Formats: sequence, C-alpha cells, structure tokens
Amino acid sequence: MTQIRYTKDHEYIRLDGEIAVVGISDHAQSQLGDVVFVELPAIGAKLAKGGEAAVVESVKAASEVYAPASGEVVAVNSALESEPSAINEDATGKGWLFRLKLANPAELDTLMDEAAYQEFLKTIA
Amino acid sequence: MSSPDLLKTPLHELHLELGARMVPFAGYDMPVQYPTGILAEHLHTRSAAGLFDVSHMGQAFLEGPNGARRFETLAPTDIGVQPIGRIRYTQLLNESGGILDDLMVARRAPRQGGEERLFLVVNAARKDEDFAHIRRLAPDLRLEPLAGRALIALQGPKAAEILARTWPRVAAMPFMTMTATGDEGDGIEGYFLSRSGYTGEDGFEISLPAGEAAAFVRRLLEDPEVRPIGLGARDSLRLEAGLCLYGHDIDETTSPIEAGLSWSIPKRRREEGGFPGAERILREMADGPARRRVGLRPDGKAPAREGADIVGEEGRTIGRVTSGGFGPSVGAPIAMGYVESASAAPGGPVALMVRGKPLAARVAAMPFHPHAYFRGP
Repeated sequence: MTQIRYTKDHEYIRLDGEIAVVGISDHAQSQLGDVVFVELPAIGAKLAKGGEAAVVESVKAASEVYAPASGEVVAVNSALESEPSAINEDATGKGWLFRLKLANPAELDTLMDEAAYQEFLKTIA
Repeated sequence: MSSPDLLKTPLHELHLELGARMVPFAGYDMPVQYPTGILAEHLHTRSAAGLFDVSHMGQAFLEGPNGARRFETLAPTDIGVQPIGRIRYTQLLNESGGILDDLMVARRAPRQGGEERLFLVVNAARKDEDFAHIRRLAPDLRLEPLAGRALIALQGPKAAEILARTWPRVAAMPFMTMTATGDEGDGIEGYFLSRSGYTGEDGFEISLPAGEAAAFVRRLLEDPEVRPIGLGARDSLRLEAGLCLYGHDIDETTSPIEAGLSWSIPKRRREEGGFPGAERILREMADGPARRRVGLRPDGKAPAREGADIVGEEGRTIGRVTSGGFGPSVGAPIAMGYVESASAAPGGPVALMVRGKPLAARVAAMPFHPHAYFRGP
C-alpha cells in the first residue's frame, strides 16, 4: 500500500515505486480557495528538501510550494496549465504537481503520516 | 475562531451561520468568502445579485448652514450645487493634494426645520482620521457619525428587480442618486437607498438601523438569486471595474489626477480651486502629472500582485503594481499600478517583475469588465 506523508507547510508526497508524487494537501487547497494559476518546476530540476519548488495562485494570493524531499523532477502535471481547478477538485489525485526521483528516500521518515497530519491540523485550527 | 479584539458588524452572527471564512479587515472580523468560494461569488454577482456586508464603513451626517457648499472647501466636488438626492464620488485631500480618503457624499433633505444636510460614506480604515479632519476644517458644521447603522450592498443585474419588490420606486432611480424611506411616506422610516456600488454592476447600497440589518438580509437571502459575497470577490469585482482601493491604489502621496480620477472634479472646481491641495491639482491638470494609474494585462496566465515592479522597454523600472490578481469575468490576470506618464498609453509593452522574473504585459484601458450602471429609465 502506498503511503502518503505531509509537511507542516501542507505539501504531500506519496511514494509510487521509485518515484514520489508531490502536491498540496486537501486542507491547503481549501485554505487557498479557487486556484487560477500554477507555476511548475522544470523537468530535470534538482530540488533540495525545503527549497522552493512551485507556486500555486488563487484569486486572492500566491502561495509557495516547497519540496518535501530532495530529488530530481522527472514529470510535471502540465494539465494544470489549462485546468488549475483540478487542485481544488482532487488535490491528492489529479491535482498533483510534479514527480520526484528521490535522492534520499529516508527523508520521508521525518514527515507526518496521515494520522499525524490530521492531528497536526487540529493543533492549528 | 474570531479574535476578541476585532469589532463585529451587526451581521457577524449571520456570516458565521452561513459558513463564512472570517479575516481581520480594518479592525473588523469580516467574511472573506463563503463556502462556494470567491470565483463563484464573483460570477454570481455579475449574473444575478450579490449581497455584501459593508457595515464596517463609516457613515455620517454633516449638517450646517450652507453645509453642502461648505463641504466643497474640503473636497474638489460640486455637491454644493446638486439637488437633494444626488450622490457624488470625491476625495478628501491634504494640503499637498494627496488623497486622505475617497468617499461618497450625498445631498439629503434637511431635518424638519434643520440646516442643509449631507450623508457621507467613508472607508472603514480611515473613518477616525476623516471625521477628525472634517471637524478640524469645518468646525462650523456638525458631524454626526452614524455608528448605529448597518450598510449592505446588493449588486448585480437582478438587484433593482429584487429591491423593487419592497420599494417599487427604486426601479427608476438613476445611478448615483439616493432616496430614503420616509421621504415619501412609503415605508419604515430610516432606510437610505443609494443606487451605487463598488463592483461595476448596477446595484444599491442600503443604510439601515443596525438592529434591523440581520432580519432584512435574511429576507433578501431567501431569494435564490441573492447570495452572500465576501471581501475576496468584492476585491476582484472592483479590480475588474477599474476602481481604486484606498491604501493600495490611492493614498496620501497620490493625487486624484495621477490616479485617473479627474472625471470626479467638475469644471468649476478645476478653474476656481478653493479646496486643499488645489495648487497641485490645477498644475497637474494643466501640465499633466508625472505618473499615472494604468491598467495592466499580463500576456500569459500568471498574475502579478501588489508591489511588483513595472519595467519599461529599455529595462528601467517605471512604476509599481498597486493591485493585481485574477479577473474571474475577464478570465485572465489583471492588475493596475502607476507608471511614468510617458509610458501610460494603452497597448504599450511593459514587464512586471514576478518572483524575480519579467512577465510580459501591456498597459490596458480600464475598466477590464464593462460597467453596467443604470443611467435612467
């Protein structure tokens, strides 16, 4: 079973074999509101954990997305260019942002699992 | 959920009941959006009717002998020669012609046996400063803040039809006029109805006793054509309409001429002056201002936000974005900002600096979405 992990900045990362899928959490999309534009990283870009990776813009504001783990961008969800609202409709599914080839899969161990993230959301409500 | 330090409007409880997300704004706990979200609220206002709580704004009566003409010494308006019921958009100016606030001023019938009377609506964040300023410059007039009144706006193509069910005569009111129930003995005393707004749509702003506001709004919301709209969509609607937001697009450093508000200064005032900052205003009208507020359309889909530098063709910074975002009815990013006057012509290419990268854009005419004001039956 694939495991989803979250950062405190509300990114998620889900390991799918060798490759990890990155996006923003359902909580993050609901806080942002209607997404109207997404700036994605370049394929081949090497991201450091915690570094700027993408920007998600709602009607109201621009929000940075940070890399939940280090690695190389191997794919981006270019469907978001014409349909950024996919993030609102299905943040952890068709609203994914990019795929990462992880440099160090052990980095995921430092992130929250679903239960821990749900607990974390209660603390910031 | 809400901070105890924030002020609440008479509709606060209703906002929470409607599931609004509340944010601090000008010292008030205000709804930024309801569960449907900003895009849907924006589009609903353009197609049917949006209901806004703007009770945080400052309302006041200003009364005194020859009061309307006297008010002209504070602002470059011609309200002194307007008939009862006419509304003017104007600005309070400082001695150097900068904008202290922008406001609506309406001529109201005097109270029985009373002096000339004006009704003012000023920005929430500026009301204390504005009222102190008016009292300082016009100590002979009596300023009465109306803290016990709520203010709601009903905006959109269905607004007139909906309000006319309660007050049939509002259907024929032209844009920028106001009437009050009781004036013609046809209803409950004390509802001030203005055909005005901040969305570019036809619509009304209704001042009413605070204690009646929640019941009045609940009744309006029973109509499926009416939906509550938060500050988020209020901002995107006014941006598409090319309207200024105080503290962002205009402030104490910008003049009404730079801001493209010279349409609000009538010919007589341009010739005669006689208001604070007149020297600068008359000079800028004659020689042209050094900078101008312009519309901006990014070529792509990325929005440019407030604070982004505007770079001219030769690579030099020529101004700054003062408001920017996504226009839901335009279907594209839109912005406004100030540029050097030489670069203010619509169509001119500029670059907007977003996250360190130049975003290609063009100077654009405003409004971005056509106004739909009701000029008369």
